[in-house]
Amino acid sequence: MTRLVNKRPGRGHILFLGLLPFVLVTVVYLIASDARLSENPNDKLLPALSSFGDAIERMALRPDPRSGAYLWWSDTWASLVRLFIGLAIATGLGLIVGIALGLIPYLRAAFQPFVAVLSLIPPLAILPILFIVFGLGEVSKIVLIVFGIAPFMMRDIAIAVAAIPRELVIKAQTLGANSWQIATRLALPLSLPRLIAALRLSLGPAWLFLIASEAIAATDGLGYRIFLVRRYLAMDVILPYVAWITLLAFVMDVLLARAAVRAFRWTGEDGG
Amino acid sequence: MSFVSVRNVQHLYGDRIVLERVNLEVERESFCTIVGLSGCGKSTFLRLLLSQERPTSGEILIDGKPIAPEPGPDRGVVYQRYSVFPHLTVTENLIFGSEVDRARFTGRLFGAARRRARDAVGDMLEAVGLEHAADTYPHQLSGGMQQRLAIAQALLREPKILLLDEPFGALDPGTRARMHELMLDLWKRTRMTIFMVTHDLKEGFRLGTRLLVFDKVRWDDQAPERYGATITYDLPIGGNEPVPEDIEARIGPSDGTPTAREITDADT
Repeated sequence: MTRLVNKRPGRGHILFLGLLPFVLVTVVYLIASDARLSENPNDKLLPALSSFGDAIERMALRPDPRSGAYLWWSDTWASLVRLFIGLAIATGLGLIVGIALGLIPYLRAAFQPFVAVLSLIPPLAILPILFIVFGLGEVSKIVLIVFGIAPFMMRDIAIAVAAIPRELVIKAQTLGANSWQIATRLALPLSLPRLIAALRLSLGPAWLFLIASEAIAATDGLGYRIFLVRRYLAMDVILPYVAWITLLAFVMDVLLARAAVRAFRWTGEDGG
Repeated sequence: MSFVSVRNVQHLYGDRIVLERVNLEVERESFCTIVGLSGCGKSTFLRLLLSQERPTSGEILIDGKPIAPEPGPDRGVVYQRYSVFPHLTVTENLIFGSEVDRARFTGRLFGAARRRARDAVGDMLEAVGLEHAADTYPHQLSGGMQQRLAIAQALLREPKILLLDEPFGALDPGTRARMHELMLDLWKRTRMTIFMVTHDLKEGFRLGTRLLVFDKVRWDDQAPERYGATITYDLPIGGNEPVPEDIEARIGPSDGTPTAREITDADT
């Protein structure tokens, strides 16, 4: 008999099996929703598909009667701006500090333990401090994202740079490169694939910190909206918002993976 | 006065003595091949000549002056692995040296300067037979092509001394024979001083003008770290002499089978 570890699905099977859990969850939801609604047509916990349609139309296609904004899109815009600024600053810091720590023994001796301790502070625990110091505006939310993921990226890049074969660093010196050129022409390009990987892994935590800070103090944003409508048990808004956030995160992950394959042909890997 | 002088060099890793009482005078344009058992310190000796490490005691002089304290363009190197930059194409690898030399801040050349640099490496590209692979990345090249690229890259800076650390060790026999031809040809043209570490005794005899054997003269089974290796044979060679039996018995045929000594001796 063929061992289970040696049985492989064909291409059609892979597609079918991949979709199966999504279909199953949807079917289970529809059955449960139908059962609850037949008992109480005003049930808010598991809305019917038509309610989602109404909610999405109300949020995305019609202006809010009070502010005149299309809330779905203004929330998305506000959240994405915070997320991208936070990710950009964290990535820049991760790259600069990471390369410096990985390449220069004196800086490593001085700052590696500090960065290690920094990365162990639970970011949400310092959110109150950020609100006190930076106020309730945009800065504190962006700083939370940066604080949450930059230390991880610094350590990851530092490890990647330190793992560059000693031979390459020596070779660069025998070709006349100085420390700055070794950093920019060797350490930087060689650690970029790792940076993209670290960025992809950081997307989840970045969204977490964004939504947490929006939930606590904001006047717009995807996280703010979810926590606002929670008061009215508006599952018809919350669930589409959650699905939308998930989709945004998924698209960002796929785009990063694609960009990595295209930008780093020299690794000889096909991404993943 | 000789070109490279090594005077009473001793090198320790912690408590372990790797090299002791190493003395050597090498003339300009020599091709020194260095053989010895695994862990006998031959690669360590090469790292000292490269200033990748500083000797614990003793001194190394080049052209009568103390050796520079860190690696630089006066001494080129080719390792067995990791000798070329994986993120640069063949041409980019070759112009790297002139780029970092001429653009101290950006480390890159652009436009006409870059075109000139590319043109300047054309002859070298041809000399090592890589003209058809100019725009490929190292991972697309065979092992022999990668080593040819590494040699070309090192030669372009016109180093006074070229250090080779088992550069052909990972190649198959046919490729290795062609690399020997290439290496001798390049050496005759450039008249550099070459130090080459190899564990293949025949290769050492075939390529070198001088063969150095590193070995331990004293050996303590209870404390192998107490005694270091030194140069036990220093033979001028002219091409096709047979391998002397006493050295072959000591170093062993180059079939890769470790001797009992090698197994007890830690890797260096």
